[in-house]
Amino acid sequence: MAQDWPRPPASAARLRAAASGLLALAAGVCVVAFFAVFFAWPVAGVLAEGLGSAGLGPVAGLFASPAVRSVLWFTLWQAAASTALTVLVALPGAWAVARLGFRGRRAVRALVTVPFVLPTVVVAAAFEGLFDRFGLADSDGLRLRHTAWAILIAHVFFNYAVVVRVVGAHWAGLDARMEDQARVLGASRLRVFGSVTLPRLAPSVVAASAIVFLFSFTSFGVVLVLGGPGRATVETEIYRYALVRLDLTAAAALAAVQLAAVIALVSLSTFLERRRSRPEPMQPTGAVRRSRLGLVANLAVMGVLLGLPLAVLVERSLAAGGGYSFGHYRALFERVNLLPDTAVAALGNSLGFAVAAAAIATAVGGSAALMAVGSRAGRLGRLADAGLTLPLGVSAVTVGLGILLVLDRPPLDLRTSVAIVPIAHAVVGIPFVVRTVVPMLRAINPRAREAAAVLGAPPRRVRREIDLRVAARGLAVGAAFAFAVSLGEFGATSFVPRQPETLTAPLALFRLLGTPGDALRGQAMALAVTLMALTAAVVFVVDLLGDARDGAI
Amino acid sequence: MPAAEPAGSGPPTGSAAEPVLEVRGAVVSFGATAALVGVDLAVGAGETVAILGPSGGGKSTLLRAVAGLQPLDRGQILWAGADLAGVPVHRRDFGLMFQDHALFTHRDVAANVSFGLRMQGATAEARRARAAEMLELVGLGGFGSRSVATLSGGEAQRVALARALAPEPRLLMLDEPLGSLDRRHRDELAAELRRIPREVGVTVLHVTHDHDEAFAVADRVAVMLDGRLARIGPPAEVWRDPRRSDVARFLGHANVVEVGPGGSVPWGRLEAKPGRAVIRSDGFRRLSDAAADPAHPPDGTGPAAAARPPGADPATASTVEAVVADVRFRGDRFELRVRTDPGEVELVVLDPEPAAVGRRLAYAIAPAAIAFVDHN
Repeated sequence: MAQDWPRPPASAARLRAAASGLLALAAGVCVVAFFAVFFAWPVAGVLAEGLGSAGLGPVAGLFASPAVRSVLWFTLWQAAASTALTVLVALPGAWAVARLGFRGRRAVRALVTVPFVLPTVVVAAAFEGLFDRFGLADSDGLRLRHTAWAILIAHVFFNYAVVVRVVGAHWAGLDARMEDQARVLGASRLRVFGSVTLPRLAPSVVAASAIVFLFSFTSFGVVLVLGGPGRATVETEIYRYALVRLDLTAAAALAAVQLAAVIALVSLSTFLERRRSRPEPMQPTGAVRRSRLGLVANLAVMGVLLGLPLAVLVERSLAAGGGYSFGHYRALFERVNLLPDTAVAALGNSLGFAVAAAAIATAVGGSAALMAVGSRAGRLGRLADAGLTLPLGVSAVTVGLGILLVLDRPPLDLRTSVAIVPIAHAVVGIPFVVRTVVPMLRAINPRAREAAAVLGAPPRRVRREIDLRVAARGLAVGAAFAFAVSLGEFGATSFVPRQPETLTAPLALFRLLGTPGDALRGQAMALAVTLMALTAAVVFVVDLLGDARDGAI
Repeated sequence: MPAAEPAGSGPPTGSAAEPVLEVRGAVVSFGATAALVGVDLAVGAGETVAILGPSGGGKSTLLRAVAGLQPLDRGQILWAGADLAGVPVHRRDFGLMFQDHALFTHRDVAANVSFGLRMQGATAEARRARAAEMLELVGLGGFGSRSVATLSGGEAQRVALARALAPEPRLLMLDEPLGSLDRRHRDELAAELRRIPREVGVTVLHVTHDHDEAFAVADRVAVMLDGRLARIGPPAEVWRDPRRSDVARFLGHANVVEVGPGGSVPWGRLEAKPGRAVIRSDGFRRLSDAAADPAHPPDGTGPAAAARPPGADPATASTVEAVVADVRFRGDRFELRVRTDPGEVELVVLDPEPAAVGRRLAYAIAPAAIAFVDHN
């Protein structure tokens, strides 16, 4: 049939196609190069240093030491306990967000997410403030400061959102009529939960638990501040060995052990998820329940667990002498001897780094996600996917240690360059971008791509017209995440040499927190509140972006 | 449109005067499962052919193969005599509409409709005009700037139809286009699916599992069972003469009887030659007097009492007496399940009048309602 629509000359189209092909190739090369230089090489450097030329020498040495063995044991059990506690406390919250109909449900969901993206050092500051305020710091009665409990509570605070969002999203998509059916057939509420709801929820509970365990296992800032000198995990020991004892080999050996544990853990959880997940048509039936008791109880838990520490943090930042004032905030503009620059300057540095890190992470992570989904070959695609999320499992401290080990000498000496900070932050932030974009790409109806092809779009055009368009929103969300991550990044940054240009807000906060004195403590609280406000604003933007189209969780 | 070349040898099943699309010996297997087992089909220019069959029968696979989305293990697909094997999906100039419409959710209605034109490099001006024209054609004029998410199921399908037609495809393929719609929208859109392709003169391959839908839209119906085309022909012909008992059963013909020598059947005699026969449910005429039916008082006011002449129809000698086992109201008729006496054969009879369960009725069977199946 004649197609006589007016069209531009064919040569221009061909030129455009060639250019876009070249661009795709260039992007691919950049992505691979970035990963190789700033991730694979440093990690390889850590492994080489840790495993040594004599096989497993340094690692074997570690295991011989009872002190290290007790650190390993503490790391494991605190992560397990944190995970169990979080699931226990947050599962009702997931139910409330998924099933209860109440005004402000979206706002609650957004607010609950705030703690998760708060910088670890800010969370630590909030709990320190809480202990100060209620006399739990040094009293003879109930002392929480520098105990395992402090760490566990902070981890629950942190990861509550993971369970609420991951499990809640799954729960909201489950057909509620199945529960109704079981009730009609004579099952009690408890039986229904145990035999109908929980088995179907299992995949997301397992997935959320794996994430919480991983985060608790590699938790750094919280343990370093709240655990005090007596409580150490593998992560904080890597830091101490590297920067306090200056024993890089032992630090690298510990990092290698941790990396092995993390890989084992991720493989196990992936295996469990795949085995447990039974495809079920996701159809939100809009079944909205009402339960005043359930709602009030959950809001109370959220209020005390998530709200109170942050409220006290704000209160502490304003408390001065007998009353309240903005004195501590004003003090942020003044330089204290402890820091190479003022706290406000550190905040400025952090914002600049965050913009740069978000830009890098979005460009690299976005290209990587498109490539991962594009390489349709099943096993290869999965491998690429796993490779891209690996940095999520590699702790920030390991990344920092790796950069310290390999990027401090030619051919690439970046140790004293300011650029190293945003690059390190981007490495930490990329998995977040990938994790946001890939599911969106995976959710594209394959028939939409086929429809585009039938309508005359060549394969590359299909990618551009369908995949890239859909990815755009994911990229925006991912960029915001990467920004927030960079703003609060502490683990990797703590390995960067101290100089005024690389002083970030979390670093400044950590040093203020670690030094006794009421004035410094007040300043720390004021700085923490400022960082919190900045991060929370980003979360709200993320949530608005996420909800703009479809209310996806 | 290039003139269609005459097919080398006549198509093995059915006949298309001037075939443009030809499928020859198409075979597709997914592992151990055979989806297509040697399919031959010829479709004439401007013709609408419905591929009718149960789900899992291979209909969609055939459609995807024609679209180029599914490679053939063996066989050929030709357009106007030319093999399409080396032609990628996006160069075939075909249109395809999915059951779930697969609209591009990130674009508005007009952008969806004009997508194909954009792929051809049409100017924005031409695209806008064509999109408006197409939306007008499917009865959605003014919907251009709507978001796809705000459309109802029926509207989304219409947009999908407009999108498929906008680039003037040589062939329009519809994969269960009405499957996700409720009855009212289904009937409405079915009428459109008959009208619009004829209006624009496009050749149509329409896949469905619903014989009402197939009969409503198609010039010819191809019944597809287990990866094979079991019967192909004009709708009325396929309905009246299914030729195979599996085709008859799929079309809903319940009365399949074995006719013995001399027309003997379990309840007596049928005016037919020996073999396996299908008796259409609408081929029965009640002989017993409606006045004797307790459901209808003997005052002659029953709606059909006057219309139905009492006594035997002299044109046929085939009669059957049966006891009513079940009555179902089907809107325009009553569907009676009756048990013949003698013979104990269950028959389904469409009768304008109801009857009480347990009642004994006599029916005459129209010779034209008898078709023979499995005779080769």
